[in-house]
Amino acid sequence: MSASVASVVRDLPRIYWLETKYELLKTLRLPAYVVPTIAFPLVFYVFFGIGFGNGKMAGAVNLATYLIASYGTFGVMGASLFGLGAGVAVERGQGWMQVKRTTPMPLGAYFTAKIALAVLFSGIIAVLLFSLGFLFAGVRLAPAAWPLLLLVLLLGAIPFCALGLIVGYLAGPNSAPAVVNLIHLPLAFASGLWIPLEALPRFFQGLAPFLPPYHLAQLALSVVSRGAMGGSVLQHVAALAGFTALFLLVAFAAFRKDEGKTYG
Amino acid sequence: MTFPTTARDSEIPVSFEQVTKSYGAVPALSALDLRIAPGELVALLGPNGAGKTTAVRMLLGLATVSAGRVLVFGKDPREPVNRVRTGAMLQVGKVPETLKVREHIDLFSAYYPAPLPLSRVVAMAGLEGLAERPFGELSGGQKQRVLFALALCGDPDLLVLDEPTVGLDVGARRALWEQIRLFIGRGKSVLLTTHHLEEADALAERIVVIDHGIIVAQGSPTEIKARCSGRKIRCSTRLSRETLLTLPGVTSVSAATAVSTSGSGSRSSVEILSGSAESTIAALLSRDPETRDLEVTGAGLEEAFLALTDPSENRTREVA
Repeated sequence: MSASVASVVRDLPRIYWLETKYELLKTLRLPAYVVPTIAFPLVFYVFFGIGFGNGKMAGAVNLATYLIASYGTFGVMGASLFGLGAGVAVERGQGWMQVKRTTPMPLGAYFTAKIALAVLFSGIIAVLLFSLGFLFAGVRLAPAAWPLLLLVLLLGAIPFCALGLIVGYLAGPNSAPAVVNLIHLPLAFASGLWIPLEALPRFFQGLAPFLPPYHLAQLALSVVSRGAMGGSVLQHVAALAGFTALFLLVAFAAFRKDEGKTYG
Repeated sequence: MTFPTTARDSEIPVSFEQVTKSYGAVPALSALDLRIAPGELVALLGPNGAGKTTAVRMLLGLATVSAGRVLVFGKDPREPVNRVRTGAMLQVGKVPETLKVREHIDLFSAYYPAPLPLSRVVAMAGLEGLAERPFGELSGGQKQRVLFALALCGDPDLLVLDEPTVGLDVGARRALWEQIRLFIGRGKSVLLTTHHLEEADALAERIVVIDHGIIVAQGSPTEIKARCSGRKIRCSTRLSRETLLTLPGVTSVSAATAVSTSGSGSRSSVEILSGSAESTIAALLSRDPETRDLEVTGAGLEEAFLALTDPSENRTREVA
């Protein structure tokens, strides 16, 4: 036994890279995650965006364009909530996380991989939605608006990753997918992601500003059409930053509580 | 008993010092003292719920101690250097099934500063030809071998194996034992938990038998086997269980299946485990000359071991 093994020098970027790479491979081979996460927003868009795409909305934007922003938000939320929520809850609850914790794996690599994947899936959903809208629903944006919309949606994954982490640390491995759905679907509906808020009862118009997806959807809308957004960009960014901070705080408390229980 | 801290402590792979762990009012471990030297394999032997997994979790820094202290190479088990020097094989509910064996090993190897080459890990764990198979398609025994590979891939100095051969057939079990022996042969240390005396006997220099969180016996496999070795006496007798327990050599008494109604008085069929069958039978016959259906067989190791972990109890607990 030599003393030289006492060094813990490792190639950290390589660990982060491999953790992310294998998180991706693991997930891509799991149709139960990939298909619903990507297919739901796209199928919705085919039905409502392409089917009823010519209806006029607030401002100059038509329904097909509005729904790119709102289903994009819906897709980002799903990828993030499922990836972080169900993903962490299952590995935590079934002992795999403990096996990893016995190794020198940096905990940051574990979470980075999961967040990277949620962002990647968000991007895939967004680009597929853009393609459907452009090819089949006649959506035309200024050339600079497409990449900007993509960027907004990718960054928009962050608050929902934080929310997912709360589920990941509070829910059991079997209940987590159901809990995620119970958050995902009502939040999406009440934020006007499926049916525009203008078409919903007034109650929802008052409620929406208290829900994070509303603010991301409004930011996405501001890219496709200035007139379509309620409130200012700064307000929505501030709201999302506030939600992110709050979610991270709760997630950290849940993490500490679980550490005490699981590793106490 | 206390162990003074000396410079040499950093070379002692495992040291439990008066370690107690309670979950609420229930003690899972009580004042456990245990040391493992370099190149030594210690088997922690005990029935389910004896405290084996609790000890393993504390050794890996996955659980805190209620009292006492656990040191790995003289330091807190959570120290990064100990995470590098310790490899663990735990009982795990579910491993990501879509990753291939090679991919699992590749990822875990990356965590360590000086991992073993993939081909060597595959050979050591007996995974030849399985590297490209997804984990979910493996048999139970093959899955256990992958977990063994993941414990080994960082070239640790201490291996912690929590019931490593559960679900393995005889051949796979012996192959894994052989690899564990090679590991010790390189001067490295192992803590192994098992509830099979046979497994502890095959591997360990020292066996520590625990039950209800307390060490009930420890020694070399020969010593432990001597304490466990015994014979099973079946008979039909009038003597009560309490009386039988006072006979020389008797370690446990349990009711056998049928109760005989023939003859005068109540007679019951019993199974007696004895470390000294001849003197037990002599005393039995002198106290109850009408003892019938006398039958003496060698006790199985498992039965003998159960008698050792809890001599006062009937065989009510399952060895699962």
